[in-house]
Amino acid sequence: MSVKGRPEREYRSAQREGHSVITAVATFDDAPHYGALAAIRWGVARDLRLALRSRSELAVQILFYVIVVSLFPLASSPERALLAALGPGVLWVAALLASLLSLSRLFASDFGDGTLEQIALSPYPLPALVGGKILAHWLTTGLPMVVLAPVLALQYGIEPYVLNVIVLSLLLGTPVLSLLGAIGAALTLGARGGGSLLALLILPLYVPVLIFGAGSADAVRAGLSASPNLSLIAAGLLIALVGAPFATAAAVRIALD
Amino acid sequence: MNLYQLSSPATFYPIAGRLAPWFAWAAAICAATGLWIGFGVAPTDFQQGDAYRIIFIHVPAAWMSMFVYIVMAFWGVIALSFNTRLSAMMAQALAPTGAWMTFIALWTGAFWGRPTWGTYWAWDARMTSELILLFLYFGVIALRNALDDPRRADRACAVLSIVGAVNIPIIYFSVVWWNTLHQGASVSPTGSKMNTIMLTGMLVMSFAAWFYAIAVVLWRVRAIILERERGSAWIAALPGLARA
Repeated sequence: MSVKGRPEREYRSAQREGHSVITAVATFDDAPHYGALAAIRWGVARDLRLALRSRSELAVQILFYVIVVSLFPLASSPERALLAALGPGVLWVAALLASLLSLSRLFASDFGDGTLEQIALSPYPLPALVGGKILAHWLTTGLPMVVLAPVLALQYGIEPYVLNVIVLSLLLGTPVLSLLGAIGAALTLGARGGGSLLALLILPLYVPVLIFGAGSADAVRAGLSASPNLSLIAAGLLIALVGAPFATAAAVRIALD
Repeated sequence: MNLYQLSSPATFYPIAGRLAPWFAWAAAICAATGLWIGFGVAPTDFQQGDAYRIIFIHVPAAWMSMFVYIVMAFWGVIALSFNTRLSAMMAQALAPTGAWMTFIALWTGAFWGRPTWGTYWAWDARMTSELILLFLYFGVIALRNALDDPRRADRACAVLSIVGAVNIPIIYFSVVWWNTLHQGASVSPTGSKMNTIMLTGMLVMSFAAWFYAIAVVLWRVRAIILERERGSAWIAALPGLARA
């Protein structure tokens, strides 16, 4: 029964004056605790389970990434020097597009069947619930792309020391894509124009990530250090981690109004 | 009069109507003076010849393009925090003007780049971020048009413009960060490398751009108010508006 601060003082003084005090004040401790971590865990677990139940959908998204990457040599030339220069940018652009295409999975079906409304009504903090969903989105789209990047880089003859940087930049950058994309996905819920509207909203916001991501590989190829680019992506990731769940939660509430 | 009353569309509508012509005249006078200084008085640049004169349009438009976005995001913040209708309408009215300014900055920049750099377009940081800014404006306008409920569109556009405002510092500091083909800033708070008369012409043209933007936005916000508040009694009572 430790009620701190003012309520406790009021409680004591009220007791001294002989008033009957509603002891429910003391239930501050007994109230259920709706923690953010539990909410994140729930969001990740639910969306992961849903994603793994429709494995073919996941596979199609990853195949899209592979096919886009494989198209560029056909469109330019099979010359090794050119491909090695083109490779990092192609991997990044394909990651952008694959991430964009998979964003509709984040909220659209939950919005359609009313689940999103129930999620927003829950006493758990909405930014944390949404953050869990975003994390699940990254685990099912961003992470496979990071894992596949070395295999696809073989097609482009990218040297191992450049490849390391590409993988690291994708590892830092793809979560930013999921975080920023979630804001756009929530804002366009129920809007006319669907996918192309989402692309118009989100792709401009992706541009800095793309520049720093592909730039890190270019820096290494030019014999410079990649750490400024990687640090900038990491800074972007931190900003997005702090800001995006709240912006997405706000956008979800706006969509549900 | 209480300043807060200005946040009511019914109060703001006639005031905007009275103010807009003044700003329009100020814009016309500033533009005439600025163009006279820029094209008549200012000397030919010893390096760039007469091609540099496009900066009298290019630089004010580029400044406005970024400033209008910040103002739009500001009204977005106000609209989200206080749930005021007029703030969202202001943000809505600012978007097309900002997009135009961005387009003018890019267009004039291309025609300045051709004689000076020998190319219409270079993938330099400032030009690229200005292009991204144009896309951001298009995104805000498109999102507005894609949502049927105007109140939801207000708030969604506010969130989007605030998120996009993160891009503004990237534009501003891009010159410092990437330091590529684009020349460093000629005008800085600590002092200017420019000829005084050129600087005067450019500043006068900036005022012209400011006044033009204010006048046009006031007129546009009046149109938006009429459209969105068409069911209200005060609009029915407006003189000169015959209602079918």
